[in-house]
Amino acid sequence: MEGVAQLRRQLVDYLTSLFQEGFLDNQFTQLQQLQDESNPDFVVEVVNLFFEDSERLLNELTKALDQPSVDFKKVDSHVHQLKGSSSSIGAQRVQNVCIAFRNYCEEHNIEGCLNCLQQVKQEYSLVKNKLETLFKLEQQLLAAGGSVP
Amino acid sequence: MGSIATESQFHVLAVDDSLIDRKLIERLLKTSSYQVTTVDSGSKALEFLGFHEDHQNNPNQLSVSPNNHQEMEVNLIITDYCMPGMTGYDLLKKIKESSSLRNIPVVIMSSENVPSRIRRCLEEGAEEFFLKPVQLSDVSRLRPHMMKAKYKDHQEPQKQQVEEKSEVEMIIQSQRQEEDESPQEQPRQEEDESPQEQPQQQQQAQGSNNNKRKALEEGLSPDRTRPRYSGLTVV
Repeated sequence: MEGVAQLRRQLVDYLTSLFQEGFLDNQFTQLQQLQDESNPDFVVEVVNLFFEDSERLLNELTKALDQPSVDFKKVDSHVHQLKGSSSSIGAQRVQNVCIAFRNYCEEHNIEGCLNCLQQVKQEYSLVKNKLETLFKLEQQLLAAGGSVP
Repeated sequence: MGSIATESQFHVLAVDDSLIDRKLIERLLKTSSYQVTTVDSGSKALEFLGFHEDHQNNPNQLSVSPNNHQEMEVNLIITDYCMPGMTGYDLLKKIKESSSLRNIPVVIMSSENVPSRIRRCLEEGAEEFFLKPVQLSDVSRLRPHMMKAKYKDHQEPQKQQVEEKSEVEMIIQSQRQEEDESPQEQPRQEEDESPQEQPQQQQQAQGSNNNKRKALEEGLSPDRTRPRYSGLTVV
């Protein structure tokens, strides 16, 4: 069982890598700053909302793009929501794909949209994994008696 | 209205159809020591504010129900722009058209940086326009608007407000300044209506409100200059 100091460093290094690789941006830091003793689970709660919301939107997008006649307004509306929520938690790579996605919606480019859908699913899946790992590391640190930086 | 209001008891009504954003704005506001009520639509906001359509006399006039004295006074309304049904702009209009509610300061939030949209909202009477995601530095700009509205409501300032007097004096001074100068300043011409990448655009769209806002901004939080998207076009 690793010591608290090592766990702490592991956590910090991991978080740093997420920023460096562009998975997270400054908005995630803003969320962390809003967390305190009176709201110790704020970040986890917001991120879980993001997971739920994203999964719903990705399902809706898959359905909408699978229609014989695609309603691009509807597709755009879903992407707009996804862009908004990813921006609110700092999921930068997801947000960036959404921007490109909206451009294709505007152009009524079905090919482009389908590509973006695949991309956004990938990016979502990646950031979900990363965040779940991050939270696990936090839990380990807390369980070992350490405090989250 | 009821309880003696100290600065820690300002009550903000936040309107946003996104659950995540409601949670975020609530935390931001509570961290800044405000009481918060969140609703997910403009119509719910109007309901909370005690609105009902006065069909008999003026079909287009909205008034506050005489029996509903607003259990809680609302000191500021912060609303998302893009909402299904009633947009934040529609809500803003309705509030400004109401004789009983028009003095409540309104702030608009939007994820999209559209200069014409920003200008329209400010011209309609919004105090500020925040780009999402909203941050603590934005929320710190709210207090002067609530202070000003409170000072207007009362004949003489409460004892609790003595410490805020200098801030209020600054606001009154800037208002006098504005009255002295020509109020008919032309709003700046926008070159194009498409969204800009620089968040600073919101400063340029303020037209005749510039002086007042500049006075309020001095000494308050710095402009938001974070770059957003690198080389990508904001839709």
